[in-house]
Amino acid sequence: MNVPPVTEARTLAPPERRTAQITANERVGAYRLFTALDASGPPHPVPGQFYMLAGAEGWGGEDGRPYLPRAFSFARARPLPSGVELDFLLEEIGPGTRRLAELRPGEGLHLVGPLGIGFRPASGRPLLVGGGIGVAPLLCLSDALGPEAQVLLGFRTKAHAEAAKLFDAEPALATDDGSIGHAGLVTDLLRSDLERDPAATVFACGPEPMLEAVRALCADLSVPAQLALESGMACGFGACMGCVVPTKNGYVRVCLDGPVLDANTLGSGIWGLGS
Amino acid sequence: LTNLCGIELEGPILNGSGTFDAIAARRTFGDALLDEFPFDCFVSKTITAEPRQGNPPPRLWETPAGLINSIGLPNKGVDGFLESDLPQLSEVPVPLCVSVMGFSRDELASLTGRVGERDEVALIELNVSCPNVETGLVMGADPDETARALEKVRPATEKPLIVKLTPNANDPAAVAAAAESAGADAVSLVNTLKGMAFHPNTREPWLGGVTGGVSGPAVRAIALEQVRSVAGAVSIPVIGMGGIASGRDAMDFMAAGATAIAVGTESFRDPAAGRRIAAELAGLAA
Repeated sequence: MNVPPVTEARTLAPPERRTAQITANERVGAYRLFTALDASGPPHPVPGQFYMLAGAEGWGGEDGRPYLPRAFSFARARPLPSGVELDFLLEEIGPGTRRLAELRPGEGLHLVGPLGIGFRPASGRPLLVGGGIGVAPLLCLSDALGPEAQVLLGFRTKAHAEAAKLFDAEPALATDDGSIGHAGLVTDLLRSDLERDPAATVFACGPEPMLEAVRALCADLSVPAQLALESGMACGFGACMGCVVPTKNGYVRVCLDGPVLDANTLGSGIWGLGS
Repeated sequence: LTNLCGIELEGPILNGSGTFDAIAARRTFGDALLDEFPFDCFVSKTITAEPRQGNPPPRLWETPAGLINSIGLPNKGVDGFLESDLPQLSEVPVPLCVSVMGFSRDELASLTGRVGERDEVALIELNVSCPNVETGLVMGADPDETARALEKVRPATEKPLIVKLTPNANDPAAVAAAAESAGADAVSLVNTLKGMAFHPNTREPWLGGVTGGVSGPAVRAIALEQVRSVAGAVSIPVIGMGGIASGRDAMDFMAAGATAIAVGTESFRDPAAGRRIAAELAGLAA
């Protein structure tokens, strides 16, 4: 079979769903940060990898939903003698995220992971670019790269931008409503940064229009970029074939060949937004 | 032990075709997947004569206790499958069943012959839930269409042939009986039920392929009735599936007349679901 090449930025997952225990669930501005102790999972997932999460109880409440688990990049992983403590950043937008937001310390969290391929080491100065809930995988990446790695974050409002305080590095901020930081898009910050010094590698995660703008900008300036994509998926391990995105090599499964893809494998306007 | 058409299985649990990719799962879970393989027989995704990219996304929609998928049978085509996938699938520690689909009777017979001649393949499942370009009819929706397809395919291999029945037929039991008369060794059911969803804001069809197939616990009661009806109409083994999520569900399908059962959508929620259901079933039977 395809034995993963040693260069694949992937920590293997145990081949079964397990139950972790919620240890914290706190509000961070417009988001929630919840933490689970995963007693038997691998201690060192790769930044950019993700887990499939579901409440151990009460999954299937509203109109028989949620039914499927939900995919979340881990924000931080702390190996402890009793297992690995995993942080996830959450925004309540539907039945799955609402149920996860309700989970309290002591309750069970079903989880499969870590899954997918994470961020790869790169040459040049690292430049992290995040938008909204997509800042989550940049937290552990920023920890790994150290405070000298610059972080640019975009949010809708000051309440959302509270998530920037989770970073040890000091991120530059942009908000849609101008309530804190630059009034405008995080890609405005990225453009001025890259025009000053294009010898960078960009690591980005965020909503589709932001990622498309990052892709187009980096293509224009010949800056390598790794993009962490999001896509609706049922399983997270290549079984359902549901999470494909078009690339120059045809459809690829975000859960298996991503979620972190090299920007130059993606065509222009892959999300139907044009470029 | 379960005897399925002369093939000895360690137990009665298969996977539904297209619901588990052993090659992708080994990349994700490593060799631990093989040490504790979740099924007693592995069924491949459906192979066609030519490579297929599959349907444009979005491909999935969550329903109450279920899922609609519109995947469109992406696969490498039979040449790519035999060359690159089959050697990898032969490392799976259980008998291998390959699912094939043809858009004409001759194409289905030719595919069956090419797959059947490979030693790694123990059984062949015929996915007949597609339109026959010669008649415009869905092969598996009509007893005569099914019988005429089997008459062409049967001479192409001596290996056991399983006909995967579609629930989108007027009379699945009549289709099953026609398949048995024309030489099928087993039938499996249910395939997904046709369904669709609309975008919550635009009210345009959500799925890139417009319509898809519904699976999961949402279809279990329908599947149970069809399995019972089919099992009463044939004497060949029946493989039952449709929303099985526990050993108790599996027992229900056995009570309806199934010889073996397949786990599909539940594996999306837990990659080890097959193994868990087998253990629960053994506990209930003891």
